[in-house]
This record gives sequence, C-alpha cells and structure tokens, in this order.
Amino acid sequence: MASTPETEDQKPKHRPIIRIGLLLIAHSFLFSVVCCTAGIVALLLLPVLSKKTYVSENALMPGSASPMITDQDVSGANRFMNELTSLKLKSQRAGIEIPRLIALHMANLGGEVSYHKFQNHPNKFHPLHFFTSPDTEANHVNKTCESHATNTVGIIRAPRGDGKEAIVLVTPYNPVNLSQNEALSLGIAYSAFSLLTQVSWLAKDIIWLAADSRYGQYNSVAAWLKDYHTPSFGDFGKLHGDGCHKSSDVPESKLDMIIETEVSDTLRRAGTMAAALVIKVANPGDEGEQDALNIYAEASNGQMPNLDLINVVSYLAVHGQGLHVQVEKVVSLLDSKWLKFIGEVFETVGKIARSLNPQWKFGIPVKEYVEGSATLVSSLYNQALGVPTGSHGAFRDYQVDAITMEISPKISYTSKNRQTQFLVRGGRLIEGVTRSVNNLLEKFHQSFFLYLLTSSNKFVSVGVYMIAFLLLVAPLPVLAASLYSDANQSNLESEKNKPLKSWRWLYPTKTVFLIHLWGAIVSLLPYFIYQIPDSQPTSRLLIWASLSLFLLTVLGSFSGSRSVQWTLLKSVTVSAAFIGLCLMSVINFATAELGALLLVPVCLMVKPWRVAGKIHSALNLVLVIIGFPGAAFFVVKSAFGFQNGSSLVEFWYWVESLWAWNSATYIYICMVHLPCWVLCIYILLHPC
Amino acid sequence: MARSLSFFVLLLFVLHVSSESTGEVAEQLEGEEFTEELLLRPLPDRKVLSHFHFESKVPPTNSYGHHHRIFPKAIYQLVHKYRIKEMELSFTQGRWNYDSWGGFDPIASSNAKPPGVELWAVFDVPPDQVDASWKNLTHTLSGLFCASINFLESSTAYCAPDWSFSSRSGNLRYGSLPREAVCTENLTPWLKLLPCRDKAGLSLLMDRPSIYNGFYHSQRLHLTSDEFDPVALHGIVLEQTLTIVLQPDALDTRASFSSSRKLQPSWSMSSLFGKMVDGKCALAKSSNVYVQIEGSLVHNMKDTWNNIEGYDGEIAQEVPYEGFGSNSNFKFSIAPDRVMKETNSFHKDGYSVLYGFAINHYHGSKPFDLGFWWNLPVTWSCVKAPLRVSRFLMGSGNEKGAIALSLQSTEWSQSILKAGKNEEKCNLRVDVFQVVPWYIKVYYHTTKIFVDGMPQALEDIIEKMSVSPSEDKVSPGVMELILRLPCDMKSASLTLEFDKGFLHIDEYPPDANQGFDIPSAIISYPDFQTRLQYKEDNASIQSPMVSKMQERRTVLSYTEVLLVPLTTPDFSMPYNVITITCTVFALYFGSLLNALRRRVNEEERLLKSKDKRTGKLQLLLSKFLSKVRGKPWEPPSSTPPSSSSKFISSKVILKILLVAAIAFGWRYYDG
Repeated sequence: MASTPETEDQKPKHRPIIRIGLLLIAHSFLFSVVCCTAGIVALLLLPVLSKKTYVSENALMPGSASPMITDQDVSGANRFMNELTSLKLKSQRAGIEIPRLIALHMANLGGEVSYHKFQNHPNKFHPLHFFTSPDTEANHVNKTCESHATNTVGIIRAPRGDGKEAIVLVTPYNPVNLSQNEALSLGIAYSAFSLLTQVSWLAKDIIWLAADSRYGQYNSVAAWLKDYHTPSFGDFGKLHGDGCHKSSDVPESKLDMIIETEVSDTLRRAGTMAAALVIKVANPGDEGEQDALNIYAEASNGQMPNLDLINVVSYLAVHGQGLHVQVEKVVSLLDSKWLKFIGEVFETVGKIARSLNPQWKFGIPVKEYVEGSATLVSSLYNQALGVPTGSHGAFRDYQVDAITMEISPKISYTSKNRQTQFLVRGGRLIEGVTRSVNNLLEKFHQSFFLYLLTSSNKFVSVGVYMIAFLLLVAPLPVLAASLYSDANQSNLESEKNKPLKSWRWLYPTKTVFLIHLWGAIVSLLPYFIYQIPDSQPTSRLLIWASLSLFLLTVLGSFSGSRSVQWTLLKSVTVSAAFIGLCLMSVINFATAELGALLLVPVCLMVKPWRVAGKIHSALNLVLVIIGFPGAAFFVVKSAFGFQNGSSLVEFWYWVESLWAWNSATYIYICMVHLPCWVLCIYILLHPC
Repeated sequence: MARSLSFFVLLLFVLHVSSESTGEVAEQLEGEEFTEELLLRPLPDRKVLSHFHFESKVPPTNSYGHHHRIFPKAIYQLVHKYRIKEMELSFTQGRWNYDSWGGFDPIASSNAKPPGVELWAVFDVPPDQVDASWKNLTHTLSGLFCASINFLESSTAYCAPDWSFSSRSGNLRYGSLPREAVCTENLTPWLKLLPCRDKAGLSLLMDRPSIYNGFYHSQRLHLTSDEFDPVALHGIVLEQTLTIVLQPDALDTRASFSSSRKLQPSWSMSSLFGKMVDGKCALAKSSNVYVQIEGSLVHNMKDTWNNIEGYDGEIAQEVPYEGFGSNSNFKFSIAPDRVMKETNSFHKDGYSVLYGFAINHYHGSKPFDLGFWWNLPVTWSCVKAPLRVSRFLMGSGNEKGAIALSLQSTEWSQSILKAGKNEEKCNLRVDVFQVVPWYIKVYYHTTKIFVDGMPQALEDIIEKMSVSPSEDKVSPGVMELILRLPCDMKSASLTLEFDKGFLHIDEYPPDANQGFDIPSAIISYPDFQTRLQYKEDNASIQSPMVSKMQERRTVLSYTEVLLVPLTTPDFSMPYNVITITCTVFALYFGSLLNALRRRVNEEERLLKSKDKRTGKLQLLLSKFLSKVRGKPWEPPSSTPPSSSSKFISSKVILKILLVAAIAFGWRYYDG
C-alpha cells in the first residue's frame, strides 16, 4: 500500500524519450527484424547510393598544364632500359650492378643520389606491438650479411623551393631477376625524373626511390621509410663497421669509379612527404582495347589515402592519357545470379520512382550495379582485412597519402615504337600527378579519408555506409535491455524476498568476462606456438586449436559451478558484442561492418535449443556454424570463388598474414568475435 | 621655407653637376661614398654565382650634419630613431647548396641565408627598451620593404640570443620568417635605397625575370653605425648585396657536339641577365666587376694544362694567372684590367684568382658585356664547410617527434685537421643556435648525442649550453650549444624530442594544414676563419667588397627549414559546428523550459480530465501512455492493453497504408 503514492509520482515523470525507449524494448523483436533487414538492404543499396567523385581541393588543378615530356626524355628512358636489360643478360652480378647503373643515371640527370642499404626483417608476430610502431626494439640478433639489399634514392631539389616538402616516386624492382615489366616501370620513372630535373615550377622536392624488392616490395619501402623517419643512430656503426660490405664490394666495377664522388652512403632527406606514387607495370591484360591503369589504395587497417589523390590520378589517366582506370574487384561476383536479380529489382524500383517523379534519380542499370557491388565487396574486404594491397601501405603508417598505380599495357611491348609510346604515356601521367600535388600548398585534407570505392570514379562516403552498420547494431542494446527486463520480471515473481536482486547480472557478466579473457589469451597463443621449432602450418593450427580448447575447459571449470539464467547471459553477451563492434568501428569500419553482418544475426537469434522450436534451433545451428571465423572464411572463399582450394594450411596462412601485418582485424576476431561465438554456443546448449 | 627651397635648388644643382662631371664626384661629396661592385664566379655544377655589392657610407652626423646627397634618408632616419648599432635583413628564395656551391668562402658564409626573411639588430638603448625598439623597427621595415616583417613583432617570433649568435651584448634581437615569399615587390624598395636605383650602373643588370628565374636569390641589407658612440669614426655604413645563382644557357654551339657533358657552359652578362651595363652609376665612387676563379679550379686547370703540354709546349708557367691568356682553359671577351691572386690559401696547391674589370669608360654606345668562354672541360669542387649539416624531423603522428641534427665530416675538414695538429687529441668546435616556436615543445633534457653511432655522454661533447625553454604563447625556445667533436669522427648526430602543442583556433594561419615551420638553425665553426687575402702586384685594392672578403669572419651555415604537421581543427566545416551548437542549445533550453513550466499536480489533474474525454486520438494516446507506464508495476494488466493497443495501432497503420497507396496510385496514373 505504501508503494502506491510512490508509483503514482513516478508515473508522469517519464519523458517522451524514455517512453519511446520503453516502447522499443517492449517491441524488441519487431524492432530487431526491421533494423536488421533495413541494415542488409542498406548495405545492398550502397552501389546505388554511390556518388561521383570530384576533385575537392581546388589547388590541385589536374590537367591544367599541358604535359612537357619530350622525346629527349623518353629516348633517354629507352636507352636506360636497354642498358638495364643488357646488363641483366650480360652480368651475373646484376644484383650489385643494377643499383649502380640506376644511381649513375640519376646522377647524370642531375639528381642527388644516395644508396640506402638495409637488411631484411621478415614480418614477425609481436603480440604486444599492435597499434604501436614496431621499431622500438633494437635487438635484431642475427644480422647475416646475405640479407642486404640496396635501395637507390635520387632527389631533385626544387630550384626555388624551400625544401620543406617532398613528393616520392617509388619503382619496386628486383635486381636479381629484373623482369621486363620492372624495367618498364623504371623507364617511366626515368622519363618523369628526367623532365622534373629541368623544370622550373617545382615547389616540392622529388624523391625517386628505386626500391630493391628482392625481399618483398613492401619491405624495401618500409625499411627506407623507417630509416627516413626514425633512424636509429646506434645502428650506424654496426651496419657500416662490420665486414658485410667488404665482401660484396670486392669486385669493383667501372661504373662505381665514375659515380664514386657523387653517391653518398648516408641517407639523404628532403623534408616532409606530401604524397607518394608507387609505379608498377603489370602484364598485358587480355580485356579491353585500351591500356589500363589499376589503382590500389588500401593501406593497413583499412586506412585509405585522401580521395583527392585517387581523383587526380584517375582524372589524368582518363582525360589526359586515355587509360582505362580500374579498381580491384571480385571477378566471380560479376556473373552471380542473385546479384543480378537484386540489381534488377533496384533497377525496376528506380524506374518506377522515376516515372512517379522524374526528379528522383534513383536506380542504376543492372550491369553497373553488379560491377559496383563487385568493386565494393573487394574494397570492403581489403579494408576489413587490414592488410595493405601494395607497398603504398608503408607510407600510410607515416600519414603520407600514397597509392599504387599499376599500368597494364594492352598488348605486350616488343616493338620499340610501342614501348616508346607507352613510356610517353606513363611519364606524362606521372608528370601530371606530380604537378598537381606540387601545386598543393597544404597537405591533402579537403576530400574524404573514409570511403569505399564502387568504381574508379564513384565512391560511398562514410556518412552513407555507416547507416548500414548503425542499423545492424541498433537492435543489440534494445534486445539486451528487453532480455534484462524480462529476466528481472520473472525473477520478481519467483524470488521476491531475495536481497541484492539487482546484482544478478554479475554472474553472467563474470562468465562473459572469462570467455573474453580466454579470447585474449587465444590471440596471444601464436607467439608461443612460433617458439616451437620446425612445425608445419597444419600442426601449428591444430596445436593452437587444441590449446584454446584446453584453456576453455580450464576457464569453464572456474565459472561452471553456478548455472546462470540464459536470458541474462544472452543480454550480457549481446551488450559485449555491441560494445566490441562499436569499438571496432572506430578502428576499422569495414571490419566492424562485416563483423556485424556475421555476428548480429547469431546474437539476435540464439536461444537454448530446449526453449526454441525445431526450425528455430536448426536456423540457430546454421548461423552459429557460419559464425565461426574459420567456417566463415571457407564459406566466403567458396562463395566469392577466391582462388585455391580450401585447406587448413590456407587458413593458417591467412591468419598469419593478419598478424604479420599488425591488422586490428586479428584482435577483433580473437577478442570480440570468437568469445561471442563461444557464448552463443553456450547459450544454444544451455540446459535451462 | 625659402632656405629649404634654396637648399633644394642647390642640391639639384649639385646633382646636375655631379652627373656632368663623373670623375670628380667622389671628391665633391666629401665623405659620402657609394660604390657598386659585381662578383661573378663559375660554380662546379654549371651554374654561375653573381653577387652584387653596393655600399653607401655617410660620415658621423656630428661632423657631417644631417643633410645627405647620396645616403638614403629612410635608413638614416631608421638608424637614428631606433638607435641601431648594427642590423641585418635578408630576403631569400631557394636554398644555398652547400655541397656544390661551397660553404667556406666569405660569400657563402655571409650571403647564404635561410629561406624567407631573417632579421637581427643590435640596439644602442637601455636593455629595457630593446624590445620596444625592436617592435617599432619591425613595423618600419615591414612598411619599407613591403614584407610582413611585422610578424616578428610578437614575442613568440623573436628571441634574444645570449652569446652564441654573435659576440655582442644582450641588445641583440633575432627573428626569422621562413615562410615569407620573396619577390620583386621586395626588391624594388631595396633598389630605391641605391642612388641610381636600377636606372644606371650595375643595378641595370637586374632584369626581374632573369634574376628571379635563378636557383638562389638572396637580397641582403646590412648596416653598421657608430653614430651613438662618443667618438664616432665611421658613421653609417649601408651594405646592400644581392646574391643570385643562375644557370646560363650554353652560348656556343660547340657544347652540343662535344660529347662530354663536362664542358662548362660559357656565358656572358647579356646571356645571364638579358641586359648589359651602359656605364657606371654616375654617383658611384667606383664601379667594378670581378670574376673569381676558385683555388681548386685554378689547380685543376693547371693540371689539365700540364696534361696537354705536349700538344702545346709553349705554356708551362708557375704563376697561374699568367697562363690565362686567350689560349688557356677559358678566356674573357674583355681583357681584365687587373688580376689579383690569393695570398693565404688553405689549399697548398691552388690559389684563387680575382680578375677585375673597371667599367668607368663604358657608356651607352659602348656597353659593357663581359663574356666568359670555356675552352677545355674541367671539373672542380668548391671548398666545403667543415661539416655537412642536415637537420630533419623524426617520428610520425600528431603527438610527438624529434628534431635531429646530423653532422658529417667532409673529406676536406679531415685533411685540414689532420694536417693541423696531429699529436694532441684535437677537437672541432661547433656552435649551434636554434630557435624553436613555442608550439613545438622541446624537451631539452632528452638531448642525445651520437658520435659515429655510439651514444656519448653529454658532458663529453657539450662544452657550453644555454637553453631558454619556450613559454606557451609568450616566447620561443632558444638553444645555444658549443659542441666539441673529435676531429676523427665520421658523423655525429644530436637529437631532441618534442611534443606538439595545440593552438587556439584563431592562432592558426590561413594555410594551417600545410604545417608549421621550425626556422633554420645556425651552425658556426669558430675554429675556422674564412678569409681570402688578395694582393695585387703593385698596389693594395680599394674595393669594399674585396676588403669585406679579407675580413676575418666565422664560417657559418644554415640548416634546412623544417615543416611540422600539427593537429588542425576541421576549418572547412563550420556548418557542422553551427549545427551541433544549435542542437545543444535547443536541447538545453528545451529541457530547461520544460522543467520550469511543468507543475506535477496540475498535469495529473489535466491527464485525469483528459481521460474522461473520449476523442479517438486521446483514447489512443492515453492507452499508449498507460501501457508504457503500467507495465513495470502492473504486470497482469499489461497484456490486454498491449493487445488492444496493437490492434488499434495496426488499424492505424492499415489506414496510413491505404492513404499512401491511394496517393501512390494517383501519382502513378496521373504522371
């Protein structure tokens, strides 16, 4: 009786916003279904909602100046290429000769040349180095002389510039086994460099990095960047003092004599980097009647260069050089039936909308939709994976905007004439991009950094694609709240007299916490597995799995004594998943988006099989199986037809690549996805 | 009034007379002097250095009076108003290439300046008035030279070096603006200070397109005065120099078919500047052009000449300059009036040579156009500074970083020092002076020094150090160091860590996203004195420029300007800020009003009276509300209302759908 006035007081105090919240909680099921469907539809709609790209920074002015590369530059590049290829044929020691030859040519053009010698440090798993720069440790124990490589760096000092900023051109090549394509890319860089030494409009210095990629393209660039930005002065003596160089330097060549005075071994620098272009030449593509340009932009953890850089490159390639610009796409999706069907649906909807109001420009042709979504999937996957798609990724770690431009000629160039034409095109493209970036007074900041590409000239900005994610995760807190209030109510009936009834959520929270702790331990296990010598990938994977299971049972025995109410457990699990997804969305949005797509349905649907109906529990089972990271990996592989058969080894390599590249996706999988999945199984098998 | 008018007439008359009779001008002006000189020097990398040197002198006021005929009034007033003892202002575009243009000779030491504007001044005022004088001076200079030197007024932009920058007392202020763009608008007022402007004399060569098309451009104004000393001897000396590095287009066609790239391009004054000299400035006491040939070049030429001796056995003189007639490695289009050679060379084997050309007897119909023609290819290198200095930033990200100063020995310094003192442990003294703006918060205690890759204890290397840490928004950080480096070291580096600060939104410059500059550091080597002692065969040389070169001065070099990216707010989206602010305000005021307006009891009464009414919407609303409220405390009764509300809401949804369908159909068939 005493409670009535109190409740009467409470009654009108509810604000509308609380009432809405309560209403949503009451209708959590409907809300979840609507939101999830809307989220998936929004995801499918992304290619339709993509906008045309535009150059946002006015200072760039792409294509405003006519290209200046002359025949002289190109014939010089031709001669340079001939020397390179003849050297390769002639000499056994091309690995030493080619950097020297490049240095000689750079110096002759008027660049300031220096060698950058580095040692190959293979990517290793450092469990505590996520999100930190991996250079703090200095104990590279086994320095073998064999793993030396030499980058050649040429710098043009801008005649009237103040030398505060620089533009970097990178040409990865393998001096041990120089391919024709690499020679071509060096030739393109040569022709651009040759022009840039003569022009008077340079405001930023130009660095041409001929990256010795015998130990990987990424490694050479990363090593140079590391020495550029964070040189370790302590290493200097070691690297130059020991006998490593002596052995390699014994056979002096006549090239060395010529350029001896001009090339320095100490790293030359040229200010803060404004942008970097990695130039590559691919094998002739079979499709299309034009030379094509592939743009790769994804850096580690889904970071992208400023969209303006891509815009400038694609604008100049299309309008200046008549290249066909492409962005990577999932080829197998191009003729998938269901995508076509969805495309048709959107097209008809768009048609109807247009017939209703001609102002509504909604809907795109099926072909465009399918291509857009194939590109989008690839873009999303590459970002979500968190592994850079090329050596440009090394630049992003130092906040430098960089992309890889891979030019693939229409047919292979055997004739001199065609080669010259190709060099002119490539050189002009590089010249144009350099000139645009050179115009830039400030660093790239005008355009988007968070975007997905649906084609080379269409993009989806973060404002659009986050809607899908928000719709997907929105049901999670609502469901958690509704489950919690349900559990509380049922408890109110059963055990009214018990004290501390509001602290009941602590027990399931403990379970959830333990499982997440387990996830953290699982993520660290590979470090110890690597200490086991001479093990095969399969056995490593099995050791990992069995250790994880063992740990799980050990941890289970800690918590197992007390049975918890499944609704409360699910509520806490769902909240944990929500928090994890939201945190991940800050770090790498694409991972969070894909993760939400996998995790949210499982979390929403899961119910103990004793409580749920047969169909429901079967569905749950399917979802749970797909939800397992390994299973999801194979399903995605088979669905999108990525090459190679499915095997455990491949999965191991995939995971290995994740942690080798310090991808936050690995952390996400181990510390959010896996624990939630285990909890879902726990709920599924809950003995009510 | 009448007096001043008569004086003006007199002045005009004097000027007229002086322009008529050029020979006796200097004597007539009794003390006021103006000289113009130009030094040309071929550089190893196929470029040509041209160094204009104008000097105006006025005797002290107490003996000469206030009225001047030649000396610029603006400078005289400036000196008197702010009581300046010494001042130097430089405007520079481009970077001096210490490696290939030399870093040791007097011209490089005094004319290689950091990009942008650099200003320092010594005042003859009590210490507490120095800052005020400096502020006024910056404003005056800013007006005088059409540059934003007034930005040096703020206390965050300038500093008062203790001892390292120069040996003068605490009345010196130093500031630099690395970002100042230099162009012809700065040159014109500078030229206005010359008595002939650019209408006659050597300054006629300053064709704007060609001098701004060079690789380096530095205009400097240096003035010294002893006006305020009790015994004034010299008065005010204003030294104006313009140093340009130009790339000559090859004059002769032979270069194209001589296969070697090593033949230097020949040049003439008209090919370099696109103009010729019509004759001297009538007011100038002397007007000379010099061509300097560096010692190592002389040496190398002698070598090449000796090599070809068999081909032409005639020439094998020991004295270098006698070998340079028309048959040598190079030739002049005009025979030099005099030849001077260096007497105290650091090089044992090469003596730098100076060829002098007087332009007194040239005039409009017979312009002076000096040509320099190479006959044989020759390579040489300039005398480099003792150490190659480079400064760079380390680290990435917007939080912290480090400034690194790397010093590398050049072969030259090695040889010099080894030759000098072999027995005892020799040291190389290096002075470092660095100013860092306050938003780069340098932690001076993190100073680390590595010599040849080995970390060294600070006390072993640093002889003297004085640091004044920056104060936020008040003063920049200043670091002055004296390093003692071992002579036999290959490389040394000095690192300082810093944190990047945050600026207030209105402290950002318009192009904030470019980053922020750290001005150049000054590295000087007090152990080395740059001095070129020239001697003519018969007489001493009466040239201010040559006597400047003969002065002892410390070898100086400047490091690069650094660009630090700082965190910047998103300026391009004020809309977002407005939106968010408006939302916050709306929420705040809305809830405040709501709370103030609400009276609980009255509301309840109102609700109850509402319940009695039976509007359909009200019914729906009340049911909806009751459901929402009723649930937590009346579980059994919660189910029927919810079902009923569901029923009703589904009915409403049905209605809405119907209306929508009608509208849709209407549009569809109508359109």
